[in-house]
Amino acid sequence: MYVAVKGGEAAIRNAHRLLADRRRGDRSVPALTLEQIVEQLALACDRVMAEGSVHDRDLAALAIKQARGDLIEAIFLLRAYRTTLPRFGYSEPVDTAKMQVERRISATYKDLPGGQMLGPTFDYTHRLLDPSLARDETVDEPERRDGDDTPAMRVSDILAEEGLIEADGEVDSEEVGDLTRTPMEFPMARDTRLQALARGDEGFLLALGYSTQRGYARSHPFAGEIRIGEVDVEFHVPELGFAITLGRIRVTECQMVNQFQGSAKAPPQFTRGYGLVFGQSERKAMAMALCDRALRAAELGEDIVAPAQDEEFVISHSDNVQATGFVEHLKLPHYVDFQAELDLVRRMRGEHTRRRDTQDNMPEAAE
Amino acid sequence: MSDQPLLRVSGVSKFYGNRIGCKDVSFDLWPGEVLAIVGESGSGKTTLLNCISTRLMPTAGTVSYRMRDGQFRDLYRMGEAERRFLMRTDWGFVHQNPADGLRMSVSAGANVGERLMAVGERHYGNIRETATDWLGRVEIDADRIDDQPRAFSGGMRQRLQIARNLVTGPRLVFMDEPTGGLDVSVQARLLDLLRGLVNDLGLAVVVVTHDLAVARLLSHRMMVMKDGAVVETGLTDRVLDDPRAPYTQLLVSSILQV
Amino acid sequence: MTIGTDDGLATYNFAYLDEQTKRMIRRAILKGIAIPGYQVPFASREMPMPYGWGTGGVQVTASIIGPDDVLKVIDQGADDTTNAVSIRAFFAKVADVETTTETAKASIIQTRHRIPEEKLKDGQILVYQVPIPEPLRFLEPRETETRKMHALAEYGLMHVKLYEDIAKNGHIATTYAYPVKVEDRYVMDPSPTPKFDNPKMHMSDALQLFGAGREKRIYAVPPHTKVVSLDFEDYPFEIQTFEEPCAMCGAQGVYLDEVILDDRGGRMFVCSDTDYCEKRREDGHRGHLAGDAMEAAE
Repeated sequence: MYVAVKGGEAAIRNAHRLLADRRRGDRSVPALTLEQIVEQLALACDRVMAEGSVHDRDLAALAIKQARGDLIEAIFLLRAYRTTLPRFGYSEPVDTAKMQVERRISATYKDLPGGQMLGPTFDYTHRLLDPSLARDETVDEPERRDGDDTPAMRVSDILAEEGLIEADGEVDSEEVGDLTRTPMEFPMARDTRLQALARGDEGFLLALGYSTQRGYARSHPFAGEIRIGEVDVEFHVPELGFAITLGRIRVTECQMVNQFQGSAKAPPQFTRGYGLVFGQSERKAMAMALCDRALRAAELGEDIVAPAQDEEFVISHSDNVQATGFVEHLKLPHYVDFQAELDLVRRMRGEHTRRRDTQDNMPEAAE
Repeated sequence: MSDQPLLRVSGVSKFYGNRIGCKDVSFDLWPGEVLAIVGESGSGKTTLLNCISTRLMPTAGTVSYRMRDGQFRDLYRMGEAERRFLMRTDWGFVHQNPADGLRMSVSAGANVGERLMAVGERHYGNIRETATDWLGRVEIDADRIDDQPRAFSGGMRQRLQIARNLVTGPRLVFMDEPTGGLDVSVQARLLDLLRGLVNDLGLAVVVVTHDLAVARLLSHRMMVMKDGAVVETGLTDRVLDDPRAPYTQLLVSSILQV
Repeated sequence: MTIGTDDGLATYNFAYLDEQTKRMIRRAILKGIAIPGYQVPFASREMPMPYGWGTGGVQVTASIIGPDDVLKVIDQGADDTTNAVSIRAFFAKVADVETTTETAKASIIQTRHRIPEEKLKDGQILVYQVPIPEPLRFLEPRETETRKMHALAEYGLMHVKLYEDIAKNGHIATTYAYPVKVEDRYVMDPSPTPKFDNPKMHMSDALQLFGAGREKRIYAVPPHTKVVSLDFEDYPFEIQTFEEPCAMCGAQGVYLDEVILDDRGGRMFVCSDTDYCEKRREDGHRGHLAGDAMEAAE
């Protein structure tokens, strides 16, 4: 006798239990602590915070641990938590000119006020596996010097003094766009678009940014400036009448400077692509800046010829939580629809066979 | 011919910043009349065509059209819905490149039938019959009805585009270099076909071309443009045989001698 | 925030969503009901299940559910497919509501890919999970353009697709997510239900709500609303028919799943609506492969 498949509930329960077991792994190996993840997998935490849109290292570490190191899953966990948090208001724009800079480089000027600072970078390391890390050997303390508190001037400001670069964009309204609270609409304002890019998948934006360099909407970019460091987050409290500092966060900012011939809409001058990301993530900030510039094609009167310039295409597909959900939903049962297709294919094959048979039986008089 | 024009163009100008697209163009188009707009590339003829066919918003001027109820309506004051409806029923637009006016991945039959379905035709058999009839009229074999335009030659594609536009019985058709990009022999056949259809259907046509032979064969009247402005208008035979403006004289002598 | 060692790290509101979000979603639903078949954009939230797994339906259900509601969740017509179980468990946990598998007892039915066989009643709400709400999407990929086509009711393209089907296959070859016109105005995607279910949407006594989380759209068909499947006069809309009745309960005129019995090509057809099938068997109906029949054969 046929018995319909039952027991979905028990199956799910057991699957989750097995997942928890695999997550923990060999019990004789000490469990990872969140502190270890925060301290030693800091860049993983940074990526999860950036694309999860929550600045909280501990929560990011928890998400990474819970996701067994699957960063997109961790980002998803953080997003699903973030969405339930009450929204008190929006902070003042952070002032990156006042950043406590730990790394600051410019590819456009050899030297500049505030100097070039390499900071903690993988650049110029030789990518040779280092066995000493497996043995947990003592690591030297870093060299330190007293910093001067003079803020490092932004490269874009140097160009702006001569009028060589466009001004910072104007914002239409006092209120900043927020695609997590209002429905997305195309075409988008730049603030909302930048928000979408900041939350966007690093790999996707990297590939798109790369495509602009290879000639699909080439924008002749120069890395005007990349800076990493801490900025104050200020919140304006109406009852107090002034802004108070809520704390400091580490961010990576990239200002791309792009050659621009001028068009019907804008004079010849350098234009900007902008990237700003939580934590330390130069790759993401640079890719974001390239994409931001490519997406300004319509605004600057450029021809839209490449995927990176296509706002609907880029923004609709940049969110990895959405993308992974929809790709993976193909795992869900589709047998009702499949049944309908099965039935149709059978019918059409039947018709096809009958048609062929009739043709085959036609008298060969034509010959 | 009726005692009222079909289309009234008055003072139409289009500027791109400081650059002139076309400047202060006025004319009336009568039912069944074929008007050719000729000039070199960059003379503003395509800009003008796009302005009067509402594909481009002019900087100044008005274009009004006599609707089927006899009332003149200012095209730029119409709602978008009404304008789009007009464009797919009472008007046609034949692009130079057939791929711009056809759905390349949809069968020839559906390309012709689309306008019928858009205005509410819901009988498959009737749509197919009309499509077959129209393919015949533009000299495409009925057994190509289920083929996609990608499988067609350039001339066939252009004829298919024409059928697609004419199926709803429009009164006014815009054509942008309809024979551009075709071989000379194919051009001749297409022109012949177009002339026949325009006569049979009593279509009013505004055709943009740089080819004076096209103007000679198709049009009753012509308008010569240079640098965005109209330099001469008149009956086609008169303009070509007895050009008055120096520029027209130059154009006629340089091209027609070849 | 910091992580404590004890519970109380994160607490959640009734039915997971905060009340402001629920109000926002309810406004979208009300707008959808007021304009049947029109896709209302809404600020879809991240949900604790993946996009594409019912986040739209879950947000709609979470926004309308109250403590007295009785919830049924089906996927492919069945109550115990894994995703249905998972969503039902979610609401049992975050809203503490009564759940049921009986169609008649439910006040809210969340569904993926089917409409129950049993006729829905006045007062019931059917919530559909929708992956791609835009019926014109695969004809025109651009949102800016499809919205214009809806606004101007330019639906010729939809019929071009049906025309092509007939020209190629001799009949319309769309079997699920079959487009419908709602109240003579908006063309709507009924979600990937088999076209077999389309007639059930027409003049339904129940309220039908559609949620697409990833695509951020909500739409609705109020009770007693015209829902007409697109077709040609000479090629009218037809639903699937099955040659044999359900092997378990003997039902005819219902949607059946094909079940492979062995590796020698043996197969049987059973009701896709598990609750309907069970009810019929309780009432004594028997198909040719049901327990009793088999015993008799042995």
